Amino acid sequence: MSLINIISYLLIFTGALAIIVGLLGVFRMPDFFTRLHAASVIDTMGTMLVLVGLMLYSGFNLVTVKLLLILIFILITAPAAAHALAKSALHGGVKPVLGKEEQ
Amino acid sequence: MSDRIKYLHITGLIISQAVLWLLLSGHYTPLLLGLGSISIILVTIISLRMNLIVYHQPEIGLQILNFIPYGFWLLVEILKSNIDVCKRILNPSLPINPSLITIKASQRSELATVAFANSITLTPGTIAIDVNGNMIEVHSLADVGIEGLETDEMNKRVKQAEIE
Repeated sequence: MSLINIISYLLIFTGALAIIVGLLGVFRMPDFFTRLHAASVIDTMGTMLVLVGLMLYSGFNLVTVKLLLILIFILITAPAAAHALAKSALHGGVKPVLGKEEQ
Repeated sequence: MSDRIKYLHITGLIISQAVLWLLLSGHYTPLLLGLGSISIILVTIISLRMNLIVYHQPEIGLQILNFIPYGFWLLVEILKSNIDVCKRILNPSLPINPSLITIKASQRSELATVAFANSITLTPGTIAIDVNGNMIEVHSLADVGIEGLETDEMNKRVKQAEIE
């Protein structure tokens, strides 16, 4: 097992961990908008780490280019989707919970 | 518009499609290369008929080369705020302080403002909800996100990537 394989395993594992943390956040957060913040952890850190890990694992070939294109398009479309969700929720009358929550 | 610019744009479209096909297909047999050429010709004819090719350069836009260092800076910011949001999620007391603020975007072109708003949304902890002219409404998860935006650094860096 070469060093680059170990690095790629580590990256994929950390990415999976980030996805689990983001998922946990979606369940823990109090309202719609704060849940979106938790989901953006999955969009950015989760996908980035997993895809970079897969790129290292595949070595440098056409698969790397495909993975890179997937990463770029996810990084462009994910914020657009999050923005569309947040905007339609706000205009549709969802009131954001503001300020510190009393526990 | 001169014919030269028109042919330049059409050639550019054909070349970029060919590069994309060759990179994504990975099979260099005559059949697949032929199918690729037919698709490229069809797409070019259809986009010509639909007037989809924009022949003029936007006056102000983003300069790709200026944008590469910004991309790396943004990656570091995304990682930092990701770690912060993850810590907040895993903290049993859930230390969040959601708020809505309005910040000013000083970019001149629409494209750069979109890039700025998208960067805000891409960074976990802050989401751009609404863009009115050059004011962006931001929903922030915790105080640290607002502090980051109030230093105005992301705004300035996107502005620097603009072509004057």
